[in-house]
Amino acid sequence: MKNRGKLTVTAGVLVAVHLLAVIAGFIAPYNYETQDREHPYARPARIHLTDCEGKFHLRPFVYATSPRDGTVNDYQEDCSRPEPITLFISGENYLLAGLVPTNLHLFGLRAEGRVYLLGTDGFGRDEFSRILYGAQISLFAGLLAAALALSLGMLVGTVAGAFGGWVDESAMRLAEIFIAVPWFYLLLAVRSVLPLHVSPLSAFIMVVAVIGLLNWGQPARLVRGVVLSGRERNFIQAAEGFGAKRLYLLKRHLLPMSFSVALTQMAVLVPRFILAEVLLSFLGLGIGEPFPSWGNMMAAAQQYYVLSSYWWMILPALAPIPVFLAYHALADVLQEKLQSTI
Amino acid sequence: MAAVCLLMLMFAAEAFAQTAIQPDLMLSTAAPGQAGGKLVIGVTSEPRTFNPVTAVDQVSVGIISRIMADLIHINRATQKTEPALAKSWNISKDGTVFTLKLRRGLKFSDGVAFDADDVIFSFKVYLDEKVHSPHRDLLMISNKPIKVEKLDRFTVRFTFPSPYAPLERLFDSLPMLPRHLLEKDYQEGKLAEAWGLSTAPEKVAGLGAFRLKQLVPGDRIVLERNPYYWKVDSKGQKLPYLDELTFLIVPNQDAQVVRFESGDTQIISRLTAENFAALEPQQARRHFKLYDAGPGLEYNFLMFNLNDDTAKYPDVARKQKWFRDVRFRQAVSSAIDRAAIVRLVYLGRATPLSTHISPGNKLWFNSSIPAPVHSIDKAKQLLKASGFSWNQSGALLDSSGQPVEFTILVSSSNAQRGHIATLIQDDLKQVGITAHAVPMEARAAADRVLNTHEYEATIMGIASGDTDPNSDVNIFLSRGSTHLWHLDEKTPATPWEAEMDRLLEQQLVTVDYKRRKKLYDRALEIEATQLPLIYLVAPNVLVGAQYELGNFRPAVLEQYTFWNAEELFWRTPAGKR
Repeated sequence: MKNRGKLTVTAGVLVAVHLLAVIAGFIAPYNYETQDREHPYARPARIHLTDCEGKFHLRPFVYATSPRDGTVNDYQEDCSRPEPITLFISGENYLLAGLVPTNLHLFGLRAEGRVYLLGTDGFGRDEFSRILYGAQISLFAGLLAAALALSLGMLVGTVAGAFGGWVDESAMRLAEIFIAVPWFYLLLAVRSVLPLHVSPLSAFIMVVAVIGLLNWGQPARLVRGVVLSGRERNFIQAAEGFGAKRLYLLKRHLLPMSFSVALTQMAVLVPRFILAEVLLSFLGLGIGEPFPSWGNMMAAAQQYYVLSSYWWMILPALAPIPVFLAYHALADVLQEKLQSTI
Repeated sequence: MAAVCLLMLMFAAEAFAQTAIQPDLMLSTAAPGQAGGKLVIGVTSEPRTFNPVTAVDQVSVGIISRIMADLIHINRATQKTEPALAKSWNISKDGTVFTLKLRRGLKFSDGVAFDADDVIFSFKVYLDEKVHSPHRDLLMISNKPIKVEKLDRFTVRFTFPSPYAPLERLFDSLPMLPRHLLEKDYQEGKLAEAWGLSTAPEKVAGLGAFRLKQLVPGDRIVLERNPYYWKVDSKGQKLPYLDELTFLIVPNQDAQVVRFESGDTQIISRLTAENFAALEPQQARRHFKLYDAGPGLEYNFLMFNLNDDTAKYPDVARKQKWFRDVRFRQAVSSAIDRAAIVRLVYLGRATPLSTHISPGNKLWFNSSIPAPVHSIDKAKQLLKASGFSWNQSGALLDSSGQPVEFTILVSSSNAQRGHIATLIQDDLKQVGITAHAVPMEARAAADRVLNTHEYEATIMGIASGDTDPNSDVNIFLSRGSTHLWHLDEKTPATPWEAEMDRLLEQQLVTVDYKRRKKLYDRALEIEATQLPLIYLVAPNVLVGAQYELGNFRPAVLEQYTFWNAEELFWRTPAGKR
């Protein structure tokens, strides 16, 4: 029972995080590429309840900021210009979940000014919005790549385990070759033959395909092991004795047995592949400017002066942590569940 | 004092033993320092070559300028010419004959004597069409080469086909080559490949303050003191003071800053405004000092591919119809918000540009050309007048209904140009143009621009070598070897390029400054209206050095920080710092 509760919580957190990414346009007050050239490297907004005179307000507000004289990005608040934060406000146009055109945002300012919850980057783009939009790419690249790697792995693994002999032998050697491929260099090679500009969608597909296609080896070996051990079990041998065909056994017993293993494996692979995407983008091989991904946002923070002067630019590096924790918790719960069923 | 005397004595004995000619040494005007110590300078990439005849990239030229010497040199601090390998010279009344006396008794860094034959050989090489030296265009006056003759072992006469305005400045940074080492390669037609990175250090010799000691590929280039160098200080000490000068390859600017901060490198050139701001508070604690030398001679620009050999890249060829349209280029220029570039990328430490001459160049800046104005409306008008239109979603379409979309190639080692690209991308979106910034490794990007011509647009920066217009004439003359936007142009491709050629050639033979300035102003006006390069901004020269480094004099001219490397010295020995 306790286990079940844990499962619900971790799965719930993950679903919520992914949902947040899907509806990023709604949660984010601004578009990921909207530049506010008057506010480069603005600090995270200070949200006030009491004004400069010490009076309390029920509705949270921010003060408009402007650079101090003689500086470009050292801002001061203007006490004469409070701007209350408004919920469900219309702002920039976007496609909700990539489908529905709308301009409704969860929150924002009614006035001219803008609220930057997590500050801005060097172009005055809202970090909060960019982290949310970046999640779309980073989270789903990981998820899709893991799904791809697992489907391939399960296919090869079950076939190898069920048929044995030379099929098994050749499938496993192939898997080993793929495990040994230095995929980073392969990606460099793939990138170099592509045209100069790759649209963000094709870059996304490329990243997913490369990570997914190259990482099926490990799950394949795991699934093969489960299938092999399953074939030795009494009820399957009994079924075989009653004349069950190999394909029937595969469908009826062996494949379902490997599902739970695959699911656990998925929970382990997703965070790893998210990290792979982050690494690729960090190195400039993934999604390029102005589209955000956690990786290319972190790349912006690798500049010396950024790290030393604008601490909020490191926030995109923290974003994956709760996601990874949730995935690892999920893997743990699934693992426990798996062991209790065997 | 005793040591100095001994040194002088040794030097004299050496000179006597080898050539028996008392060398004509040059007296350095810098404050006398003390010998010893090493200096490490960070450079962004490995040099491409040590060959002074073909080198064009900054790192190669910077290193070569330390191991080679010129006849007449421009002092980077005073910006005036001063004698170098030439001891004195005189010019005939009509301004076409130039007679030059060489210093006697000088030796290359391998100990072989230098004389007029080396000078004759050097000019023969630079002027040879088959060698393709980037210096050749500078030595062609009105399409005719200058004539060089040897009068005696230490006298050379140059005859110019017509009067030549920047006569003395011409010789700056034109290294004198060792005939004994390069003549064979030249005769075999292999000079362009000589002195590559794999050449043994002892096979590379020059008349500079240092000589090549070691190259560790991808890591560092070590130069050592040239014992035959020809400058002494007022105390009679031989220059250079430093035992070793190391160029450490630190591929990006941030790593350079960290290396400088930690003391691994002791000089930093071309600091970004942001790094300048970040380093400023640490000056006292870390014993270094930062300098803002004002607007430099570097100009950044957006350039479209106007080469005519792009048939093999149909996409590029198709888009060139837009790029060749001057109104399209003007529209792009007026859509660009240069003030935002200055503020966001350079924290205010830069100036918007209309031409390639920045206000930092006081003699040649054309103040009558208005500063660039940011106007989306004007950009739209220009595009409309040129037959472009917009679809419902606001995307710009050309006359055949194709959306206007192109890539901007930027070197990934230059963060600022990457930032400029992102700003321009956003600016162009305002007029419906979709531009994609594509960062690429510096050498691969340069290869596309200079050799394969497989690019659509690019953002680049050039740092002029001198304040005189002559230094960039190679880029703007249509037949120039670095006529970037249209390389290998046989004849001027457009009437305005022909007009520009005429003006540039004429100003080169006009000795009178006022008349020359008038001609050059006109050329700059053409530049500003035709926009073969869409000028962006000129950054200020920001540098830094360890406090203990003596004679450190940053300049706005190239090799901003180590142009006087032979005079640099450590005030206190390394052990005590």
